[in-house]
Amino acid sequence: MSALTVKLKIDNIEVEVPEGTTILKAARDNGIEIPTLCSLEGLTNYGGCRLCLVEVKGAPKLFPACTTPVSAGMEVITNSEQLREYRKMTIQLLLSERTHVCSVCVANDHCELQSLANKLGVDHSIFERNWTRKEIDSSHDFLVIDRNRCILCTRCIRVCDEIEGVHTLDLKQRGRKAEVIMDLDEDWVNSCSCTSCRKCAKVCPVGAIYIEGEPITRTKNKDVAEFILTRRQRK
Amino acid sequence: MKLADLQKIAEQEVDFQRAYKYRINVCCSSGCMPLGALKVLEAFEKAVKEFGVEKECKVARTGCPGTCSVGPVVVVEPGDYLYQNVTPEKAREIVRDHIVLGLPAKDLLYSNEQFFKKQKRLVLRNAGKIDPYRIQDYIAMGGYSALVKCLATMTPQGVIYEVMTSGLRGRGGAGFPTGQKWSLVARAHGSPKYIVANLDEGDPGVFANRTLAEADPHAILEGMAIAAFAVGAEKGYIYIRAEYPLAIQTLQRAITQARSMSLLGNNILETSFKFDVELRLGAGAFVAGEETAILASVEGRRAMPRPRPPYPANSGLWGKPTLIQNVETLANIPLIIMNGGLWFSKIGTPKCTGTKCFSLTGKVNTPGLIEVPMGITLREVIFDIGGGVQKDRKFKAVLVGGPSGGCIPETHIDQPIDYESLKNLGAIMGSGGIVVLDDQSCMVDTAKFFTEFCVDESCGKCTPCRVGLTKIKGIYDAITQGNGRMEDITVLEKTSVYIRDASLCGLGQTAPNPVLTTLRYFKDEYIQHIKDKKCPAGRCFKTKEGEQ
Amino acid sequence: MSAQEKTRVATIWLSGCSGCHMSFLDQDELILDLAKKIQVVYGPLVDTKAFPENVDVTLIEGAVANEEQQSLLKEARAKTKILISLGDCAVTGNVPALRNAWEDSAKLVLERGYIENADVNKQIPTEVPGLLEKVRPLHEVVKVDYFIPGCPPSASVINYVLTELLAGRTPNMEGRSKYG
Repeated sequence: MSALTVKLKIDNIEVEVPEGTTILKAARDNGIEIPTLCSLEGLTNYGGCRLCLVEVKGAPKLFPACTTPVSAGMEVITNSEQLREYRKMTIQLLLSERTHVCSVCVANDHCELQSLANKLGVDHSIFERNWTRKEIDSSHDFLVIDRNRCILCTRCIRVCDEIEGVHTLDLKQRGRKAEVIMDLDEDWVNSCSCTSCRKCAKVCPVGAIYIEGEPITRTKNKDVAEFILTRRQRK
Repeated sequence: MKLADLQKIAEQEVDFQRAYKYRINVCCSSGCMPLGALKVLEAFEKAVKEFGVEKECKVARTGCPGTCSVGPVVVVEPGDYLYQNVTPEKAREIVRDHIVLGLPAKDLLYSNEQFFKKQKRLVLRNAGKIDPYRIQDYIAMGGYSALVKCLATMTPQGVIYEVMTSGLRGRGGAGFPTGQKWSLVARAHGSPKYIVANLDEGDPGVFANRTLAEADPHAILEGMAIAAFAVGAEKGYIYIRAEYPLAIQTLQRAITQARSMSLLGNNILETSFKFDVELRLGAGAFVAGEETAILASVEGRRAMPRPRPPYPANSGLWGKPTLIQNVETLANIPLIIMNGGLWFSKIGTPKCTGTKCFSLTGKVNTPGLIEVPMGITLREVIFDIGGGVQKDRKFKAVLVGGPSGGCIPETHIDQPIDYESLKNLGAIMGSGGIVVLDDQSCMVDTAKFFTEFCVDESCGKCTPCRVGLTKIKGIYDAITQGNGRMEDITVLEKTSVYIRDASLCGLGQTAPNPVLTTLRYFKDEYIQHIKDKKCPAGRCFKTKEGEQ
Repeated sequence: MSAQEKTRVATIWLSGCSGCHMSFLDQDELILDLAKKIQVVYGPLVDTKAFPENVDVTLIEGAVANEEQQSLLKEARAKTKILISLGDCAVTGNVPALRNAWEDSAKLVLERGYIENADVNKQIPTEVPGLLEKVRPLHEVVKVDYFIPGCPPSASVINYVLTELLAGRTPNMEGRSKYG
């Protein structure tokens, strides 16, 4: 680990962090909360959801806090009026992209999208909702994927690839048609690479992948990836 | 191969070509091929024999001179007589009149003199003049002498200095100073270093890079080799879309030829410099032209962009320093080396030097591929080079920069073309697409069309682009079907600005440009659509039967 | 406080389960304070037949699924100063809007309900309001001033929003508006 540290300001608070730290980590380590969805400790950063965008003084564009490393003298603003507006917009878009009906969702009250909507004050969406009929695959013994609830954060894909090391899950198609698939678009039960490790269900921020018959409170475990990585390092 | 050998080849080739009094260049690029260019070529070869002039007239297959709308086209040298819509029958006529009798067949000649007069062809210097399948043709035009000059007399720093002096900026659209990029890669730690030439020209209606690759492939290779020398790279990839079979074939041949003459490979020109080039084919995604997506695709992964930093200059292909340049940028390099950066910096405008290729399409009289000095006005491009609007209809707007460009109205077309002024107008240089729209075009419909393109091409990684654009498309559907509400205009504006600011890559950041510019310059058309349910151009509100 | 001085409040029950109204009633003792300030002039809880004029606040539960609901909503909007979407169905469409995933869902749900699943007398009724092609949240039909999501929204949030509005303040929904 590099002994060099970098001094910067986040929301006018002077902080000092090791070189190469991301803005997100620097902020969180210093008690400044930045909302995220696709980012997950232990997995490679993706930079897709755009919730963690922050302003950097002097830069014309916004930066995702989860992938941008700090640099000396940087002045970061995490919570401006515009950023709050943009975050609300992002949540509205995600809520209106596919069929998100919290009241009948398995992840109700344990959903990161739902709680972020609450936290950020998204009380309605200016966008017309898109009601989808994407395929639900419940062929597996206990793992179920409801693609209508998927927000394409790819946490499941990354945990499957990087932690479990099997890469059963990936995306097919692109853009709004993108869908999480197993192997070469097999039914889950026919996937020859899936180890049924459940990590995908554990890291899913919404109710898209879940375990049949198991209470959601037991399934959800955001820290699973980091936990396993730490244990691996210790051995 | 040494410098002397190269000069010998050049001299031999020049002598060989001088032996002919006439040279008939038949365009055999993607534009003229489907119109029967090969049959025309054959007819010329036959006619030359038939009239017994094969000793004084050389028939050559070449790339494109730019007038793609009147193909097959043929240029007769000397004098650059350009014949349009040539058929095998006309080919015989041309040989008879022009070559045998010395009287150019006037009624077959291309009519718009302005088309070439206002152009300045640097990148396309050899397009339509040399046979792209013969490396000797390129060498005879001075090809590869810039590479020789670099290897024999210059240091990598010296090369970078010249490129910096030239003021050349990336022609892929963003306009990043090329010299600065090179010096970043040269200074970056890590080895090996890579070069990626971007030839993933995915914009509809844009064909400048394709034309360049089909007409003058060695210019790209030479530019790459010089860049490799400057930044210390040993391996280069040309990322080309699979939908360009002729360009792929041409480049592949060029690479093989260059290798066989030791202009690529180990010990280039008997120095210790080594550099080789490989083609990588893209499988049909617009977003793969984005620089980080290209890297993923070259590595064999899904073409999805990633956030920067880290920038490819420090961490590109397989985490190594990588120089990514558009092929048009690279084709400028040999000229800069030969003539000096200072010479180049005097072309165009002070902040925006050199030339730019544009694919001029839409409702103009003489569309085609053009190359103009930076700083020329859009009016000159449309009304002089393009010969004005077709059928004398009224000019309405010009879309500059491809599907994510901006629609510029007549009041603003006297602005000089450069990166900054286009940006101020809400457009971008982009890949150099210029689409001219006349009064039969509906601006709402136009913005909708390009939004639909971007919706289909969004990779789906980031929320603003994936979902935001889809929502914008939904609003356009409502407006053009008569279900629009006045609030929609605000939502369109708000969402577009958000997508522009919050998207991950250039695709999303520029995709709202057509929306924002049409809202800026043609808001009254939106209001007409929403309030009066009327489309002035008569394009929207069509029911299934096509009735308005 | 006389009836004339009280804030005139209406409630409407569109396509929803009435859970939001239950939640409204579930304000416990707080409703007594509220009752001192408001007068409920229309709604499933009172016996007024027509939507009255000059309503100050209208709380609407449920999504807009048929023609009658649509015209009632428009009427309410015209006669109300502050219109509030109450609950997920009103705010998002929620469960009633699940049918939107099918093309010509209006026809399909009627067939499903009255023909496929009927034991006797299989026929689609004609003397009831026609279903709309798509079930919509309120703000896609009329302008809505405030939103209280939730399925149902908690009684305390309903109370908070009304209390703030009665005090002439703008409710801040950050951290309060929970879908589901």
